[in-house]
Amino acid sequence: MAARTLQQKLAILSDAAKYDASCASSGTTRRDSRSGGLGSTEGMGICHAYTPDGRCISLLKILMTNFCIYDCAYCINRVSSNVERARFTPEEVVTLTLEFYRRNMIEGLFLSSGIIRSPDQTMGDMVRIARMLRVDHGFKGYIHLKTIPDASPELVAEAGLHADRLSVNIELPQDASIRELAPEKRPETIRAAMADVRLSREAAKERTHTGKRPPRFAPAGQSTQMIIGADAATDRDILKTSANLYSGYDLKRVYYSAFSPIPDASAVLPLVKPPLMREHRLYQADWLMRFYGFEAEEIGAAHPSGFLDLAIDPKLAWALANRAQFPVDVARASKEMLLRVPGFGTKTVTRILAARRNGPVRYGDLLRMGAIMSKAKPFVTLPDWHPGVLTDSAGLRARFAPPPEQLQLL
Amino acid sequence: MIRVDLPRFGRFDAWRDVARQLASNRVTPGDVAWGDGGLFGGDAPPPIGPHPVIATKDFLDLARTVASHSDPERWALLYGALIRLQDDRSFIANPADPLTSRLSRMAKSVRRDLHKMHAFVRFHELPSDGPRRSFGAWFEPEHLILEAGAPFFARRFADMDWLIATPEGMARFDGSLHFDPPGPRPNLPPDASHDLWQTYFANIFNPARIKTQAMLSEMPRKYWKNLPETDLIAQMLADAPRRVQAMRDAGATDAPAFAARVTARIRQIPDDSLPETLGGARDQALRCTRCDLCHAATQTVWGEGDLSAPLMIVGEAPGDHEDLQGRPFVGPAGQLLRQTMDQVGLDPAQAWMTNAVKHFKFTPRGKRRIHQNPNAGEIRHCKWWLDIERRMIAPRLTVALGATAAFALTGNRLPLTPRRGGVETTLDGGPVLITWHPSLILRLDPGAAATAREQFALDLSQAARLMAA
Repeated sequence: MAARTLQQKLAILSDAAKYDASCASSGTTRRDSRSGGLGSTEGMGICHAYTPDGRCISLLKILMTNFCIYDCAYCINRVSSNVERARFTPEEVVTLTLEFYRRNMIEGLFLSSGIIRSPDQTMGDMVRIARMLRVDHGFKGYIHLKTIPDASPELVAEAGLHADRLSVNIELPQDASIRELAPEKRPETIRAAMADVRLSREAAKERTHTGKRPPRFAPAGQSTQMIIGADAATDRDILKTSANLYSGYDLKRVYYSAFSPIPDASAVLPLVKPPLMREHRLYQADWLMRFYGFEAEEIGAAHPSGFLDLAIDPKLAWALANRAQFPVDVARASKEMLLRVPGFGTKTVTRILAARRNGPVRYGDLLRMGAIMSKAKPFVTLPDWHPGVLTDSAGLRARFAPPPEQLQLL
Repeated sequence: MIRVDLPRFGRFDAWRDVARQLASNRVTPGDVAWGDGGLFGGDAPPPIGPHPVIATKDFLDLARTVASHSDPERWALLYGALIRLQDDRSFIANPADPLTSRLSRMAKSVRRDLHKMHAFVRFHELPSDGPRRSFGAWFEPEHLILEAGAPFFARRFADMDWLIATPEGMARFDGSLHFDPPGPRPNLPPDASHDLWQTYFANIFNPARIKTQAMLSEMPRKYWKNLPETDLIAQMLADAPRRVQAMRDAGATDAPAFAARVTARIRQIPDDSLPETLGGARDQALRCTRCDLCHAATQTVWGEGDLSAPLMIVGEAPGDHEDLQGRPFVGPAGQLLRQTMDQVGLDPAQAWMTNAVKHFKFTPRGKRRIHQNPNAGEIRHCKWWLDIERRMIAPRLTVALGATAAFALTGNRLPLTPRRGGVETTLDGGPVLITWHPSLILRLDPGAAATAREQFALDLSQAARLMAA
């Protein structure tokens, strides 16, 4: 076989990496190149391009290699797949990263890999690439490394020194599905790897007895990803798992990735259309848990099936299921209650709190402050607005849900 | 009417100077005409007048951003806001005020344009004769943001020379930043890395997910003309249905012959036979799914200590710290236990320390996990492991910490208070000393805690005496 060109390898190994949803480059330490080296991170992440699948490109997201000894049914790179294989040299990854970076195409590198030979071998190669970028080339951009569960603690410790973010994918929302679909992976070792990252991050924040601060460990924290729609888990199960993960491992994000058909699919998984709306609703629910004070169970219990309403957003669904708590008097309601009003975002609530110190807040003011009043009006009272019987009207959901799709005649 | 004409660069500072002079004379906003770009030549503003001029920091930050907006009215709006601020400092903090709201929207539009500039400038490598590499780009922003946007690139790309040409002017960096008036659009040479970038863009796209709206809302068409990769989008979208259909039609294929050999080598067949050693039991327990606690907890927390220990200490279940570290009695309650043992002369290394239930039970609350007591079913399921530990360690004495451990060991669910300090008989026939769980002591109010702490120490010293006997 003729040696592959860099372009051919890039095609194979970016194609192999695209099922990882994360591309975040935010929330790390601030640094720049004025004191030497190349690159900067300034808190806010930057998305340099978007592809028509609606995902952003912030990082060069590639696999070091797509050779893999594991056989995870949902993965294009599993050992039993006939996909084309390739492997970058560490130098190639470094060159691609730096050259793309200098042209302002990326914020940095998100490096993942198939498992070759052993977890330690794979993790060792990935750490070497990060070290070359940081130490040999003075690279100050963003680095996200996938950590391999079962890799030795020394390698993960070095990974945390070079990388801004580490991540281990939980893969599936339920342990039983992991055991079934990813037989070489073990849910308990995946969680233990997340616990290790959390403990290392905490240890790096404590000063030693001499008052010295140890070097930062993965300052942008850790994240994980769950595939949605490859097993029978309900949205309620999924949100419960997310709540457990957020509470246990100080995760910055749980990514939900709608299971999408892959080339050369395994026979055990259906090649259905990826449930993109379900993925979207789960992200909305995730936001409600992290920024709006909702518990997973409240959102998950809004519908008896355990699935989120696909036609309306989860906050509206919760409000419709809990109408006794509405309408809310915007002039007096607590911040917590305002956050629960459909159509009010966190910024709108902050603005309402500031504005009501200056005088009464009216319907037009709320519109100007960014509230979506078409959603909010059945749920609020204002000096110039009262919803009357609207809040409890039977047809309220129908006002928000899109009309059912017309069936086509043959 | 006073005419003020602001320069192309440094315009916010220029506006600020003039506005201060005008406001110190309380010139009404309607009497000033503002112009841009140094084209008209304005009138000299009046000298500093008698009135003090104040401006809050919030207002100055807002004004600095709004100054980059392309709307020619912005200077008049800002001056109007400055004059109003002299009598009413609060309106600028009120999001419901129409002027504040308008200025905030303008600032937001500028910030978005700046962000898009930082995202969408694409450098091409230019020939360079010096030691530093040289790059150039052409960019067409919506607002007049060159001056505000360029320092970002200076911080990021300090080790290379670069220029960003825009219709508004040109930013150049050669170790320090310069701004030049607009020139002709530069001729950027082809760059091999841009071909690689197109390869990446085309291949990172998943044809099974089409969300064109999401792409367009973040990468509006107005920026496409300067982004070469967007030339590919039409073809990528056109090909997507065919590629997805091809995946479906191809279906599953036969695995290559080596696949089964590889997985057979690494796949661990769980050994479910009755373990013969404590180490074997531990390995089995790490994969335990007897009850549902394993799904939420991190890992099984197995016992620790001396395998031939005559003393066994049984707690309730691992807590938050134990769950994360995978070791028993390492959290605050464990520390209290270890301190008290030390105090009464019991060596933790010469005891077997374990829990009645080996997985952490909790309810998630945001970023914290709230401890929950295991129920009778969970205790019963986990007794399988406790029994194995007891058979293999065969302790002379057991100490039960708290009600869960006492129940697991004796089968007796009666309240703990009257039983504390007493020695009972375990279900397998050995002596068990009943005492408080140290986490209870940590939860009590200071008075009650002091008493409980004394009783706890008393009980452990009784255990030490029994061991010595």
